[in-house]
Order: sequence, then structure tokens, then C-alpha cells
Amino acid sequence: MQPPEHWRGTEPVRILAPDGTPVGEPDVGLDPEGLRSLARWMVLARRLDRECVALQRQGELTVYPGFEGQEAAQVGTAAALGPDDVVFPTFRELAAALVRGVDPVRYLWYHRGTWHGGPYDPRATGFGPICVPVATQLPHAVGHAIGTALDGRDVVTVGFIGDGATSEGDFHEAANLAAVRRAPCVLVVQNNGWAISVPTAAQTAGEIWRRADGYGMPGVRVDGNDVLAVYRVVREAVERARRGGGPTLIEALTYRIGAHSTADDAARYRDPEEVERARAFDPIARYTAWLTAAGHLDEATLAAWEQEAERFAGRVRAELVEQGPPPDAWLFEWVYAAPPATFEREREAALAALGDEAAGP
Amino acid sequence: MSAPIATDRERGTAHTMVGALNAALRDAMRDDERVLVFGEDVGRLGGVFRVTDGLQAEFPDRVFDTPISEAGIVGAAVGLAFAGWKSVVELQFDAFSYPALEQVIDHVAKMRSRTLGRVEMPIVLRIPSFGGIGGKEHHGESPETYYVHTAGLKVVVPSGAIDAYRLLRRSIADPDPVVFLEPKARYWAKEPGELTVDGPGIGEAVTVREGRACSLIAYGAMVARCLEAADVVAAEGLDVRVVDLRSLVPLDDDALRRAAEETGRIVIVHEAPKTLGLGAEIAARVMELAFDHLEAPPVRVTGWDVPYPPAALEERYRPSVARIVAGIRRAVTY
Ligand SMILES: Cc1ncc(C[n+]2csc(CCOP(=O)(O)OP(=O)(O)O)c2C)c(N)n1
Ligand SMILES: [Mg+2]
Repeated sequence: MQPPEHWRGTEPVRILAPDGTPVGEPDVGLDPEGLRSLARWMVLARRLDRECVALQRQGELTVYPGFEGQEAAQVGTAAALGPDDVVFPTFRELAAALVRGVDPVRYLWYHRGTWHGGPYDPRATGFGPICVPVATQLPHAVGHAIGTALDGRDVVTVGFIGDGATSEGDFHEAANLAAVRRAPCVLVVQNNGWAISVPTAAQTAGEIWRRADGYGMPGVRVDGNDVLAVYRVVREAVERARRGGGPTLIEALTYRIGAHSTADDAARYRDPEEVERARAFDPIARYTAWLTAAGHLDEATLAAWEQEAERFAGRVRAELVEQGPPPDAWLFEWVYAAPPATFEREREAALAALGDEAAGP
Repeated sequence: MSAPIATDRERGTAHTMVGALNAALRDAMRDDERVLVFGEDVGRLGGVFRVTDGLQAEFPDRVFDTPISEAGIVGAAVGLAFAGWKSVVELQFDAFSYPALEQVIDHVAKMRSRTLGRVEMPIVLRIPSFGGIGGKEHHGESPETYYVHTAGLKVVVPSGAIDAYRLLRRSIADPDPVVFLEPKARYWAKEPGELTVDGPGIGEAVTVREGRACSLIAYGAMVARCLEAADVVAAEGLDVRVVDLRSLVPLDDDALRRAAEETGRIVIVHEAPKTLGLGAEIAARVMELAFDHLEAPPVRVTGWDVPYPPAALEERYRPSVARIVAGIRRAVTY
């Protein structure tokens, strides 16, 4: 089995080989229930992801960026956090959002074109708004970490970012600031091999995790399709941050099985054989093989999760498609905390004009 | 990889704006071997809108993908200009031009002046812009005011395929930096005609419909909407002029003056928010140029002063035909 091109170089931290055979210590401090829950989340997430692609094809979502193949990197990271820890995501972390308790229907308002940013409550869920301008969420994660540390709160902040986004200035500025302030945060790069049509090798000539050294923080390269390894590595980084040990940069090697988004045609730039080869490294098959061999999982439980995933996807679909366009008033609703009088006048005139328009000429 | 979608000029068929822009880049690179094309996904993929489709195959050394680094891309274009290269850079979407603003404002726009005219910046920044395609957040913004407000830049916006070809060729040939804003909503609209550099240049507006009752002043995708609105009121016997600005910097003062003198009533239409949008500048200019000829205060039909909304609300934000018609009525009944 030939791993994806961008996995070359330094061997990542790995607990399970791609076929599920342990090659490291599988005791990561989770009881059987906790171990099973990692698999259950991955099964639910993958089913929902596929439902979203279908919803887009049926015109129920505008554009959807799928995460198939990246379930372990996201679920492993999210599961390693404490209840008060906070995540600042990119636009591809629906699996992490599920684990953190974000309502998927609210989340998907974004991709339905119903509302921007965080139509769920970022404070209540500890999950920041969906962030599309690449890398710009990373300084937010670092600032949040600096803020909670100033308050003496026991909170660790995770910032997700993609391989392509590490080319932006904001990545460098965030990582450097985090290190000099010893901010309690973990920067998780999901290196899925592609940034739209640009492969990792054309994005960066070195290994991403190694940059940590230049910033003066620990860096780790982990097999991002090995959920146990991701869980352990993130857990260690979170604990270090909690103890005042500062930030960690984690490069999780994974693979983007789908196109960049439903608007993208990956066949224009990517050999389909590469995708077929990458499927041999599937994170769910690897983990359930080990769980089963270790006696933590049986056929019936797996089948029950699959049924649960079916119902879950069906419920999300049903609730989502009910969602009509928001009222015109939302255009003006949350722009200012203290709306200036000029703004109020424009609001009134605009809503009147739009009302007239709806009434017809 | 699929075949290039560049339109075949010889066939004289209808062109999409994407095809016309592709042809303009290809022809410019054939004519001038100092022209480079680079940016995110412009090489192998041919751009997320396929504007650069097939160019890398024809010019392997002069068309390349960059890392996702807008500030670095535009900064490199400045350095390349020092080395005598002419860069045509693609910034993938309106809002993703913002990380490069520092380079654009501090260097691209000012380098000529800072070097006493010794170093020119023949750079073209192509930015797919404006709304109307049901895009996500950050994919529908109107960034023109940021650029228009920066002295040293020229700013152009084509409204159709034929003019897109001409304007892009003119922009690449221009010794000054040009911000080239492409209305995504018009990318796939077809227009028959010949692709040629001949015709109106940068700084010249074009009257696309004659009329005396009032003048609609617009650019980009709003030109087509203004023509629709003009048709609606024509049915009531109002003949409305439609002026396609094409060039936001420099503005065509003569065309603005003529519109004010000959119709007396000015309606400005754009998607950008009202406050400090182009409408503010045009209203001020027509008052300076032809105050005595105005029969009514200039009317602005614009996006609201709010963040660009999600897809479900974007047509409640962009000026609709109905809102333009209402603007015409306000101007003519004043
Ligand atoms: C500042 C900025 N520039 C360009 C884009 C357009 N864009 C969206 S996603 C993307 C690729 C991101 O790649 P990566 O960081 O590897 O994340 P992935 O898509 O693989 O999850 C690009 C270029 C953007 N969203 N923001
Ligand atoms: Mg990537």
C-alpha cells in the first residue's frame, strides 16, 4: 500500500497500522465506551457528509465542502478536549462540530445560504463561526487563548487550519504570537494533500510540523487517519497547554477523498487512482477493525450505529429543507449593537422599499 | 485534462465573458513575452472560473500556481515589475483580495511616485467580484471603493464579453497598475461580436442606450439590469439613457456632463453599499460639472449599508429592476 505523496518524509506518530494492527500502545486512557464513541461519531459524521453532498446536488445547499477521509483527524481532536475548551474551525470541520455538540441543522444554514458565519451559538457551543477566508481564524484562536489565560480560566483553545492555509501570513503571525505569549492553544493542521487544485508539495517545500521549531514550540506529525493517535497527540498537547506549557503545532496527515467542494471538478487536476490508493488508508475501516479485534465492538453494534446514522441524516435533511429564506429584516438586524440614527433611517426606508417590491410595481 | 474553452475569434460566434477574458490573456501573452499570469489555482486547474484555462499548457514558464498567499503574490508582482516583468495576477474572489491590500495601497499604487517615475508598475490585478451567483460569504462583495480611493490605481469593470476582452488587453498594455474587477454574475452571459482591442479605451464611458428622460449610470452586472429597467419604463413612454461607465478610475467626466446636460436627471446604480459608493462620487461630479442643468437631485439605487448577505437574501440586497424603476420614477417626478 502506497501512502499519499504528502505523507512522505518523517514517520508520523501512529498507533494503528492502516489495516488496524496495533503498532503502538493502544491504551490512550479511554474506557471501552469512550473508545466506541470515537467510532460512532465517525460513522455518524461520514453519513451526514454524504447526505450533505446529496442535498447540494438536489439544490438544498448552495456549495458544500465535504470532509470524507478526514473523520479521524476531526473526531480525534474534538474528543480530546475538555467540556470548556474551545475550537476555532475552518469551513471543513462539520465532524468536529458534531462532537462538540453543535446542532448540524444550524451549522448547515451556512451552506444552505440562509445565514453567514456562526448561525449556532459560538459561546454556548465553544465552537467558533465557520471561517472561509483561509487562516484568518488562527489569530482568533490565539487571541482567545491569551484572553482565557489572562482571566486565569482553565480553557485550552484549538485552532484548525488546512495545509494550504499555512502559506498565509496569518498562519505565521498566529503561531509566532502564540509561542511568544505561551498561549494555551493547539494549532491543528489537517494536511489533506490538496488546497483546491494545488498539492501540498507545491504549497510548501518543507514539512509543516517542523516549522514549530522555528517558532519555539513543540511540533508533532501524526497519522491523521489514525483516530487513536490523533486523540493521544492532541490530548498531550492540551494537557501541556493546561499546565502552562504553551502551544503545540500538530500536523495531521490525512487525505481529501472528495473534491474541494461540490463546485469543484477534481478530475481536472487529480488522478482518480490517487484517490483509490488513499481509500486503503480509510480511518473508519482501520479503527473498527482494531476495535473488533480488541473485543470492543461487535457486528450488531456497528449495524445499530449505521441505522442511527441513517435516521440522523434523515432528520437533519427534514429539518433543513423546511428552512425558508430569512425575512428581509435580517439584512439590518445585527449590524450594530447600538444602531446609529442614520442607519435606522436607512433600515426603515429599505424595508419599506422591499415591501413595496414584494407587493409588485 | 479537458480542451481549452477559449472562444475562437475567427468563428465570430457569441462569446462568454470567461471565454473573452481567456482569449485576452492568451493574445496578450502571445504578443508580449514579458507578460506573466499567476495566482491561486490558475495553472493546472485553469482558475476556479476557468478564465486561465489552457494557458499553462501554452506558456508553461509564464503561467504558474502560487501558494495561498495574497500579500506575497501581489508583493512578488511588485518585485517582478522591478525586474521588468508585467504580472497579471488573479486574486480568487473579491474578499480574498483583502490580505493583499497593504501591498496594493503601499506599493503597487505608490511605487512610481516614490521612485520619481523611474519604476513603473504595469500590474493587472484581476478580481472576480460582486454578487449574484448565490455564492458564500466573502464571495459576493463589491470592493471597488477601496481601490478607487487609492490614488495611483486605475479601476475598470467590464459589463459584457466583448468589452471584457478589450478592457483586459488595454489594462495589460497600460503602464499603470489596473484593478480589473470581473462581474461574476456576467461570466457566462453570451454576447455576439468580434473580440478586438479597437474601440473605447480606459477612461471612456459608453452610452449603451440613448434616451432623454433621465440617465442611468452603472457598471458591471448592473448595466444589464438598467437596460431591463429602461425597457420597463419605455413601455410607459419614458425613454431612459443607460451609460456603462466601464472605467471607475479615471471617470469619464464628459459622459457624465453630457448625461446631466441632455437629460437633467441622473440615477446611479451599483451593488456596493450606498455610503461612499461610486454613486457619491458621481453625484458630486455631476453637480460640479452641470449643476445648472439638473432638474432633480441625483438618485442612488444601491446595496444597503450592511454586510453582503447570504445567498437567500442577496437579491433583496442587490438593486432589482423594480428598485431601479422606482429610482427612475423618483428622478422624473421630482
Ligand atoms: C484568503 C483566502 N484566499 C483564498 C481563498 C479561496 N480558497 C478557499 S479554500 C482554499 C484552499 C484551502 O486549502 P487548505 O488550507 O489546504 O484547506 P482544505 O480546503 O484542504 O480543507 C482556497 C484557496 C480563501 N477562502 N481565502
Ligand atoms: Mg488542504
